[in-house]
Amino acid sequence: MQASVNSIETFGLVDGPGIRTVIFLNGCKLRCKYCHNPEMWNMNTLNSTIDELVTKILRNKPYFKRGSGGVTFSGGEPLLQMDFLLEICKRLKAEGIHIALDTAGVGLGKYDEILSLVDLVLFDIKHPNKEEYKKLTGMDISQSEKFIESLNRSGKPVWIRQVIVPGIMDNEEYLQELATYLLKIKNITKIEFLPFHHLGFIKYAKLKLDNPLKDTQEMNPKKCQELYEKFIELYQANKK
Amino acid sequence: MKEEWKKFKGGLWTEEIDVSDFIKKNYQAYNGDESFLEKTTKKTDKIWQTCTELLKEELKIKVLDIDVDHLSGINAFKPGYICKEDDVIVGLQTDKPLKRIVNPYGGIRMVYKELEAYGYKLNPEVDKYFNEFRKTHNEGVFDAYTAEIKKARHAGLLTGLPDAYGRGRIIGDYRRVALYGIDYLIEQKQKDLANLLGPMDRELIQLREDVSMQIKALNEIKKMASSYGFDISKPAKNSKEAVQWTYFAYLAAVKENNGAAMSLGRVDAFFDIYFERDLKEGTITESEIQEIIDQFIIKLRLVRHLRTPEYDELFSGDPTWVTASIGGITKDKKSMVTKTTYRLLHTLTNLDPSPEPNMTVLWSEYLPENFKKYCAKMSIATDAIQYENDDIMRPLYGDDYAIACCVSAMREGRDMQFFGARCNLAKALLYSINGGVDEITNNLVIAGFKKNTDEILDYETVKTNYFKMLAKVAEVYSSAMNIIHYMHDKYAYESGQMALHDTHVRRLMAYGIAGLSVVADSLSAIKYAKVRPIRNEEGIALDFEIEGDFPKYGNDDDRVDDLAKEVTRIFYEELAKHKCYRDAKPTLSILTITSNVVYGSKTGSTPDGRKKGVAFAPGANPMRGRDESGAIASLNSVAKLDYAKYCRDGISNTFSIIPSALGPTKNEQVENLVRLLEGYFSSGAHHLNVNVLNRETLIDAMKNPDKYPLLTIRVSGYAVRFNRLTRKQQEEVIARTFHERI
Repeated sequence: MQASVNSIETFGLVDGPGIRTVIFLNGCKLRCKYCHNPEMWNMNTLNSTIDELVTKILRNKPYFKRGSGGVTFSGGEPLLQMDFLLEICKRLKAEGIHIALDTAGVGLGKYDEILSLVDLVLFDIKHPNKEEYKKLTGMDISQSEKFIESLNRSGKPVWIRQVIVPGIMDNEEYLQELATYLLKIKNITKIEFLPFHHLGFIKYAKLKLDNPLKDTQEMNPKKCQELYEKFIELYQANKK
Repeated sequence: MKEEWKKFKGGLWTEEIDVSDFIKKNYQAYNGDESFLEKTTKKTDKIWQTCTELLKEELKIKVLDIDVDHLSGINAFKPGYICKEDDVIVGLQTDKPLKRIVNPYGGIRMVYKELEAYGYKLNPEVDKYFNEFRKTHNEGVFDAYTAEIKKARHAGLLTGLPDAYGRGRIIGDYRRVALYGIDYLIEQKQKDLANLLGPMDRELIQLREDVSMQIKALNEIKKMASSYGFDISKPAKNSKEAVQWTYFAYLAAVKENNGAAMSLGRVDAFFDIYFERDLKEGTITESEIQEIIDQFIIKLRLVRHLRTPEYDELFSGDPTWVTASIGGITKDKKSMVTKTTYRLLHTLTNLDPSPEPNMTVLWSEYLPENFKKYCAKMSIATDAIQYENDDIMRPLYGDDYAIACCVSAMREGRDMQFFGARCNLAKALLYSINGGVDEITNNLVIAGFKKNTDEILDYETVKTNYFKMLAKVAEVYSSAMNIIHYMHDKYAYESGQMALHDTHVRRLMAYGIAGLSVVADSLSAIKYAKVRPIRNEEGIALDFEIEGDFPKYGNDDDRVDDLAKEVTRIFYEELAKHKCYRDAKPTLSILTITSNVVYGSKTGSTPDGRKKGVAFAPGANPMRGRDESGAIASLNSVAKLDYAKYCRDGISNTFSIIPSALGPTKNEQVENLVRLLEGYFSSGAHHLNVNVLNRETLIDAMKNPDKYPLLTIRVSGYAVRFNRLTRKQQEEVIARTFHERI
């Protein structure tokens, strides 16, 4: 079985605990305005076999030992290459590799199956508001909510990772909505705010794609931190 | 037991010279953290302030002062002090700090060039005397060099050979002087000499002469120490004496020799035994101990050799490679980290981050957790540490070896090496395509090869010819090395350093290679893509056109990594076919220091797409920008090279990362660096330089050097002040792969 892999980052330090081999898989149904990997929207040619990838990942095993490092499937939307994903996760599980899944939860089903194999889910809910979700991603939020159901059944730990874009997310309303929305998800062990940046802009130019946020400023990391702290207060209050 | 050894546990070391046994019987491992460490004392502050001023002045004018009235020698100079009343550890190379020695034994012409470059002139009396009565190493070498060697050397196929200056890379077991006292060492050498009997062949005669010279040198060391008011004929009685005696022994080495690398050896556990004994007796405080260590380190930082500006350009700055090996574990897997290991690293905080001494942590998975974290913390703060894998060196060299220069392991007092710089394997590849004609000078350098005339290079043809070329190059290289070291022994023998070795020492012939990643990628391009040479009228390939993609070294891709391994193996095996002078054992390193810039500038375009003059990657690093799968894949490619079988003289790798890419907080940065080091070394890799710095900082430092007087970075096997690099080297360092991520 083959996969369409965009690239591999062997020294991933933010996509899960420890040192991680991050496999970026091609293909995504969402067209998030702030996407910084637009080159991964389309599923390109199949270019990697499971054997090749497993070998590559296992080569990095010595780096996983300390701090529960491992592999992270990201993209794109890894759930779109589900059969491949199931197969490789089974192989990696047998080798004792810690598996993280970086997803927006918009795939083709078989969520219970895949969630039984992964150790951690990095989940981006995009936007808690139905209309805003649609505006931001071009898709309906119900898809993501289906994934949340499976996620809750699985009992797997979840890291929430939200991109904070000026003008869209830097307001009280968003924070409040998010704090309420996240109550839906069990087993959240970490919530991160990622400040919107321009590092992906060059890719839009290269691919000759229209960049919907080309006039949007980068998110000030300090401001982002303040928003985060405010959010955590709201979230904790809601949880009680 | 001698009186000076009271309270030490006895053993074999009391019956024969065996410092290793003494350490193992007496040292006390330390598993705690760095909280016990003390700041500098007032005395140290005063001394260091004086030195800082001098160093600043030196940086401006390159060379502060030269003693033109004396020649190098263990006892050739009057005692010198930084500040007599505050010097806790005494002794300088000459009568003043940073005043350089004239050492003509390697080659007098080099001395003239050096003096002329800085506006000095040798005292005519000395000059006349030396010229009339003394032949130099350099002269001897050129009397014996073949035409072929001269051509290979001139073309830059063989570069940096120690044929005009001291070979260095020899580490005396300086600790012997402290533990046993000079008189005992002399006695032992006299016994050895008396036993060197039998048919008087060349080898035996030479060894008898060596040992006699060693005995004279030991007497000289004793005299030199007594000029400072110390009697080192007996063993050191306390810790301060132990450090002082050891330093005198090292000082003798750098008064007598100007070797490329004059390394210190492994003193941490050794000194610690003395400190612990004094602490138990209540005769010393932690602050006093740190004062001794700080001042000892200051002394090492002041070591200088007289070099030409060209030499500085080749090696980046003014390096002396006073490599200090610290940490490691014993054969029984017990940590050898002591409080003094911490104290030595702590000098980087107490004084400032400095390239010298070259702090080298012997890394093992069994090192204590606290120490691993402390190292990572210091790496991030200072960039001044290199790491080498104790777990792969210990099985070969035991647990009392030390590193010379950057990556060369040797058993203390039992091994010495014949330094051999390196051979440009990328140039050799071009020679195999161009019939032995140099692509830059157009001269025939290696005869007996046909030019490749294929329109598209055929992998099998190229490989077959390349391996034949490597066989021929190995022959020339081996001949050059034998000549060089024969002459060096004859005209510039390191009697003081060799006196601190066993008489029957093991000798290593340390060959080296440069341009490995260029060669691997070139062969890969020829194998997996289409490579079309662009030839001049004489049929010399001056450039190459590549059609299609090919696997590149640095991405953990066996298709090309295996090529790098194969070339290394073939070249080593070819070298090993040749008999070495004094029955030395051949070893090989993949190390270029910063000379990768110079090698690149002397090499034409290569089939991997690298253009003429572009710098090689340093050491065993992948070519910059070609390692596209992140740092771990890059490290994995390097880790595949076989240290134990083919590269026992070391495999150097330099890793640069921006701090924010290593983690958002200091704690995470430390944690991630430890993870990286653990992973790399448990993969069987040999060496890693760690730089944690911003590209922006470097660019700013290049523009505004005054803002960053102390900025230290690591390149290949040692640290260097960024300001001392040439502009070209600075640019190369900045352009070199920085591991960062979006």
